[in-house]
Amino acid sequence: MSQPNIYYVLLKRLRVPLITLILIYAVSIVGFVLIPGQDNEGHVWMMSYFHAFYFVSYMASTIGFGEIPYAFTDAQRMWTTVTIYASVIGWLYSIGSLLSVMQDPAIERLRRESKFRNKVKLLREPFYLVCGYGDTGTRLVHALGQEGVRTVVLDKDENRINELEMRDTLGRPLGLTADAAKPAVLGEAGVLNIYCKGVIALTDSDQANLLISLSTELFKPHLRLIARAESPEFVNSISSFGNNEVISPFEVFAERLEMLMTKPSHYLLNEWLTGIPNQLLHDPVFPKKGAWVLIGYGRFGQAVYRRLHAAGIPVQVIDPKPGEDALPEQSLIGLQANRKSLQLANIESAVGLIAATSDDATNLSVLMTARELNPNLFMVARQNQQDNNLIFERAQFHLTMNRGDVVAHQVFTLLRTPLTRDFLRLAQHETKTWVDQLLSRIISITEDKLPYLWETKITPRYAPALYSACAAGAKVSLKYVIACIEQREHTLPIIPLLLKRVDTFLLVPDGETLLQAGDRILMCAPYHAYEQMQWATQNQKVLHYLLTGEEWVSSILLRRLLPNS
Amino acid sequence: MNLEKVVFGFFIMLALTLNFAFFVGDMANPLYHNTFILFAALIVSMITTVLKFGDSTHIGAIFFATSLVADLQLLVAAIIWGWAAHISPEGVTPAAMVTVVSISGGALLANIVSVVLLVAETLSIRR
Repeated sequence: MSQPNIYYVLLKRLRVPLITLILIYAVSIVGFVLIPGQDNEGHVWMMSYFHAFYFVSYMASTIGFGEIPYAFTDAQRMWTTVTIYASVIGWLYSIGSLLSVMQDPAIERLRRESKFRNKVKLLREPFYLVCGYGDTGTRLVHALGQEGVRTVVLDKDENRINELEMRDTLGRPLGLTADAAKPAVLGEAGVLNIYCKGVIALTDSDQANLLISLSTELFKPHLRLIARAESPEFVNSISSFGNNEVISPFEVFAERLEMLMTKPSHYLLNEWLTGIPNQLLHDPVFPKKGAWVLIGYGRFGQAVYRRLHAAGIPVQVIDPKPGEDALPEQSLIGLQANRKSLQLANIESAVGLIAATSDDATNLSVLMTARELNPNLFMVARQNQQDNNLIFERAQFHLTMNRGDVVAHQVFTLLRTPLTRDFLRLAQHETKTWVDQLLSRIISITEDKLPYLWETKITPRYAPALYSACAAGAKVSLKYVIACIEQREHTLPIIPLLLKRVDTFLLVPDGETLLQAGDRILMCAPYHAYEQMQWATQNQKVLHYLLTGEEWVSSILLRRLLPNS
Repeated sequence: MNLEKVVFGFFIMLALTLNFAFFVGDMANPLYHNTFILFAALIVSMITTVLKFGDSTHIGAIFFATSLVADLQLLVAAIIWGWAAHISPEGVTPAAMVTVVSISGGALLANIVSVVLLVAETLSIRR
């Protein structure tokens, strides 16, 4: 990386002002040494270099102690007049050039970059590199900041980076205005830093995200990479190498929509486990079975149509702008999304309407019109602009698809509790009764709020007490780990959702399950239970009590004397 | 002909010659050593240093370093002389003068190295 060193550039630009200053001083000093002065008795007194340097130093800096050591002769005063103007002009010129160099946008950019590079180099805690600070990036960086995870942010748009610096984000993310698709920029942003735990590519362009994934793979082959991609080709090409995780917001949402229609219980489980912890649960509304109307057959519309069609749900497509994409049969093409076309699509007998165009105004207007025609419609809206949040909230649609939200939630869940994805994947294959039972268990412990999810890793770092007990060969049942620390007969309101041991998964392990070192367990509980359970994993004495029901004797002497304990 | 090279060559040669002019003569006798020449040598040496500011090449860095050495030694020589003349009760003794001149001899050596580097650079480029 051949970035010019900022100090070299600064010094280079300051050559002329500095030389000017040196010359002005030199000429002034020599003048005073040459011009004869007078002492108090009227003898000729030649100023030495020492005195001349002293006088010029305070005269040029406009401090002006006066004419010392003796009052000046007229010749000396004349020379002083000249040097005063010369030195003031010299200083003005030098300081002026220094300031203009400092304010030069090119230098300013260099300064920012070198500051950023130094800060990244000095990072000594795990961080994620987030490329793209749009709607999604903003949400993700803030959510990660709240979890105490540091981030380094790259974005092409200077305004966004300024916004990042203005906002009071927890965890002080570092930001740089740069094109993350350039490999050198990724290197500068610390992709090679051993503390970099992963790269998250969230730029608007699929092409850029692909480039970021490629360079990350080449820089550091095993680094975790999560990318967003919207068109299927890019989803395929990004996931074709390394073990990259790709999120396509349209696919994710279409999948959820299908789940909502075909497996409402599974849908609810999904929502609860990927939602924001501690938010109030609201009563879910499910659509009835029947025909749907889909407006807009772009990438999102296609993803939805494919899913619903495969699930056997009848969908009538209306596309306001006929494009090159082959529309399904019996679609209403080229019609404006108005009352007439809605009636043509039998909106009165449909159960739901999905407004999936890439224009917010169209989506809103078509939904409002449809609501008048059929007040019982289940309404799904696609929101494209973050700025329109307020009106979409006011409109109270049943479901709003917001790209930024969808991706940010997914990435956040993947980073914080990667096991959630495995759990939801496995839960897909379970029956409705199983899911319903689990849902009622969750609701009984969480007091009408979304549960808090976390992973307990039985490693020396995350759960030292639990790890040493497991490693020593003690029989550690899961029920004691989640027991109440005051009375081990009581259990904390915690539901272990998934246990991962090497490559095998155990769905909702029961209390008798014996734990081993290296296990990872996905837990679900209200936040206060999480805090209590930390005692069992971190504190040896507490864990000893929980496992045996006896108090731990920590003194070696007492342990000798009381061999039973 | 490159004006920058002319200016730089001029100052480097001037620094060396002035330094030499100050250095030659009876070491202990102030009569052989002119204050103006020392002052001029110091100023020229400082200008040479500033001229090499911001040169990130290898040879540029060495130039910068040698001319910094010359600056430092000439400055120390000037300070010692000033001290002897104004502050020390004995005045400018032969011992003080010998110190001043020998330190300026050190600066002379640094300036010679600078010139050698300049010649080496010139010969190696052949343009």
